[in-house]
Amino acid sequence: MNILSIFVLIPLLMMLGLWISRNLNQIRTVMVTGSTMLLALSIYLAAAYISMRNAGADAEMLFTDSISWYAPLDICYSVGVDGISVVMLLLSSIIVFTGTFASWKLQPLTKEYFLWYTLLSLGVFGFFISNDMFTMFMFYEVALIPMYLLIGVWGSGKKEYAAMKLTLMLMGGSAFLLIGILGIYYGAGAETMNILEIAQKHIPLEIQKIFFPVVFLGFGVLGALFPFHTWSPDGHASAPTAVSMLHAGVLMKLGGYGCFRIAMYLMPEGAQIWGDLFLILTTISVVYGALSAVVQTDLKYINAYSSVSHCGLVLFALLMMTKVSATGAILQMLSHGLMTAMFFALIGMIYCRTHTRDIRELRGLMKIMPFLAVGYIIAGLANLGLPGFSGFVAEMTVFTGSFQNADLFHRICTIIATTSIVVTAVYILRVVGKILYGTCTNEEHLKLTDATWEERFTIICLVIAIAGLGLAPYWVNDLISNSVEPIISQLAVK
Amino acid sequence: MLIAIQAEITLTAALVLMLVADLIFKEPNHKYLQASAVILMLIHTALNIVPTDTEAFGGMYHSSMISSVMKTILSTGTLLVFMQAGQWLEREDTRHKAGEFYIITLSTLLGMYFMMSAGSFILFYVGLELASIPMACLVTMDKKRHESAEAGAKFILNSMFSSGLMLYGMSLIYGTCGTTYFEDITAALTGTPLQIMATVFFFAGLGFKLSLVPFHMWTPDTYQGAPAPVSGYLSVISKGAAAFTLMSIILKIFGNMTAQWNLLLSIVIVATITVANLFAIKQTNLKRFMAYSSISQAGYIMLAVLGGGAMGMSSLVYYITVYIAANLAIFAVIGTVEQYSGRVDRDAYNGLYKTNPKLALVMTLALFSLAGIPPFAGFFSKFFVFASAFREGHWIVVFIALINTIISLYYYLLIVKAMYITPNDSPVSTFRSPAFTRACLLVCLAGIILLGLCSGVYQLFTDLA
Repeated sequence: MNILSIFVLIPLLMMLGLWISRNLNQIRTVMVTGSTMLLALSIYLAAAYISMRNAGADAEMLFTDSISWYAPLDICYSVGVDGISVVMLLLSSIIVFTGTFASWKLQPLTKEYFLWYTLLSLGVFGFFISNDMFTMFMFYEVALIPMYLLIGVWGSGKKEYAAMKLTLMLMGGSAFLLIGILGIYYGAGAETMNILEIAQKHIPLEIQKIFFPVVFLGFGVLGALFPFHTWSPDGHASAPTAVSMLHAGVLMKLGGYGCFRIAMYLMPEGAQIWGDLFLILTTISVVYGALSAVVQTDLKYINAYSSVSHCGLVLFALLMMTKVSATGAILQMLSHGLMTAMFFALIGMIYCRTHTRDIRELRGLMKIMPFLAVGYIIAGLANLGLPGFSGFVAEMTVFTGSFQNADLFHRICTIIATTSIVVTAVYILRVVGKILYGTCTNEEHLKLTDATWEERFTIICLVIAIAGLGLAPYWVNDLISNSVEPIISQLAVK
Repeated sequence: MLIAIQAEITLTAALVLMLVADLIFKEPNHKYLQASAVILMLIHTALNIVPTDTEAFGGMYHSSMISSVMKTILSTGTLLVFMQAGQWLEREDTRHKAGEFYIITLSTLLGMYFMMSAGSFILFYVGLELASIPMACLVTMDKKRHESAEAGAKFILNSMFSSGLMLYGMSLIYGTCGTTYFEDITAALTGTPLQIMATVFFFAGLGFKLSLVPFHMWTPDTYQGAPAPVSGYLSVISKGAAAFTLMSIILKIFGNMTAQWNLLLSIVIVATITVANLFAIKQTNLKRFMAYSSISQAGYIMLAVLGGGAMGMSSLVYYITVYIAANLAIFAVIGTVEQYSGRVDRDAYNGLYKTNPKLALVMTLALFSLAGIPPFAGFFSKFFVFASAFREGHWIVVFIALINTIISLYYYLLIVKAMYITPNDSPVSTFRSPAFTRACLLVCLAGIILLGLCSGVYQLFTDLA
């Protein structure tokens, strides 16, 4: 069996295990075993991938495999990874693993919760390993629908509204995607659904003109492209902790990944034609998201808008179409995924103690729960791009790469987008100052306790990953930039 | 010649045996009626499972490979309806007519068989009437409820009206072509104004049966009034047969008039899907809601007709197969809940997951399948009808249909929300439905999950179409 298919097989077995679990301990055992195996597998995959590359394997995708599924429409279950997918798989497995611990004490209906949670992760893993447009799209939708129940049943606040809004907007995006996929399939001569094979063909210009914006918008909705980002703040604010982590950390990355892998790779001329328009939209996302975060008072809303800004940066960097900026975009996905997951985990932990996320009601948490407070500071500093953490590496690469695009229009956009760095510092430091320092006036809050062992474990894992990426970025950087090459060269040639 | 119409003969035999069974199993042994109906249908389906291509009565009757597969699918669907009808026919006021229900249902099915394998307008019309008139009896089976009687009246009047329209269309075609045999009509149909008018009449007639907008007015009232298994039967079996017949007649005889057909179909599809979806949002009675949902599903089925060709045909048959599994599961749940709580409004489903988790789960998965969410079969069937219409360049219609799937997802999710999220102090109490119903739900569930993931079914349809 192909090593990549195991990424789909493990969640399936986990769901089976959850189905027959009888009590909380069994559920936890299944979840911990499964997510640990996923994490181990993705680390092993990364190692195997690097050693194969070092040994001289120069195919675009490694570990490829293809099984014919629906022959009349050339649909195959075909898998394969390049450096981009390897790091995304690594990210996903880290988030799924830590998310399991972050929802350790979740009540009620624990079993159902984890069933949907595992289905969501199955969709994510399936998406990143797929090489076939149809299969990829299928996994994409598999990842979307559990969100409805996860937010609707286990969420907080305006959960029913948020769940419905999120589901409908994302499904709206996938309606665009479906028509785009059909357009690409028939545009490329209706011979194959395989992305690599379609990339070798030339899709007629008039088809690219129509379907590039369709596909880019479809994925862009998930990547929080302005003005289709409005699902994100409500959705993230209402979702339970681990779901916010997984959603902001991984699911939003599906958008950027899809834009790059399908829209830009397969329709490079369309990307040249429409690139400027989308660049304006992403620049707005970057700046507008950051500015919105400054005025929010709900911790989760602050982070959700911050995610809009950072995910906007991913699309922004991709549209700059230089090798360095695209590498930066992937690094940004990785780094933002880890940081935002850590933020949402911390906010969830604080919320379940104080029962409020309003920054006006929180004071002096540093003395009450020092571990969580320090964690929050680390996440904040990483988020505003302090050297030594992943955020710095990613944003540095993004802006350096973007500035390499010598076109005046692109340079102006870059300069506008860089302002978000300053704004990020404003909203992060404002929150840190308000809720962590000062004297706590609320009697109730003084009685609260610090993190439990599983919470500490979650945070420590994420800190290690963030600092690891920040201190030793080279191996990841090499992994990504070599794989970005074929896609960028496609864009440059045509 | 008799072997040629084997499917019809075994079905008639089943019908006659049911008549005998009705005489034997008087109260208190009436519960054996359901078992015998199920067994007879199983035998009938098993005997005809191998698809054949046969012709009889000098071209009057022609059953192609794909129509014989379609017959198997419909008889399996009818079997599922029989399995879920038992609990309704257990009631005090219905049990004395349990036998009649099975017999009448079988006779409508026989009508559909003839309709699907007609080689001439005459046999087609006879089959159509055989499928329609007894259906009115089925709809009024709950005659103590006045909605049921009203539903029956609406059904029969609309049915007669549409038959009249269709007959007029057919007579115009006969007038211009001089024959009623499909084989000879093909060459004679060239798209003269009179023939276009005939086509419109013919299409309007079938549009009534399929409940396409603007011929859909009877559907909500009829579905609401009819007993749940009958509504289920109407929504999938009757609709499936009509859709298949429309497709095969268009393929067979209207080859020269594709341009006219496509325009007509595109408008009707867009109207059907959009109008039905918008009306469905506001419905709180689940049967009425499912009526609007089934109207919009008919619109999606018509996309395959728009696609045309072998690919359209296989997508259509596949869509109907998947639709049967999902819709019958929903009607089984509706029927069961109605049986035990007497309610069909959406509020009755609030908190259903807490008291009847398995029923709620089946309902959820079936709704997801109808909405086209992977990995359930509805996703694949929708993809294939979209692909078949897209291939012929109708991508604006496909796009509108896709936008409509979002609306449909919204109203399907409203039910999911009721079952899982909305709090309820007095939900429907926990109950255990009869064995046959549970078996039916299990088969439907297997269909919803496996029909999509196993590509063999679609491959088979493609090979035969």
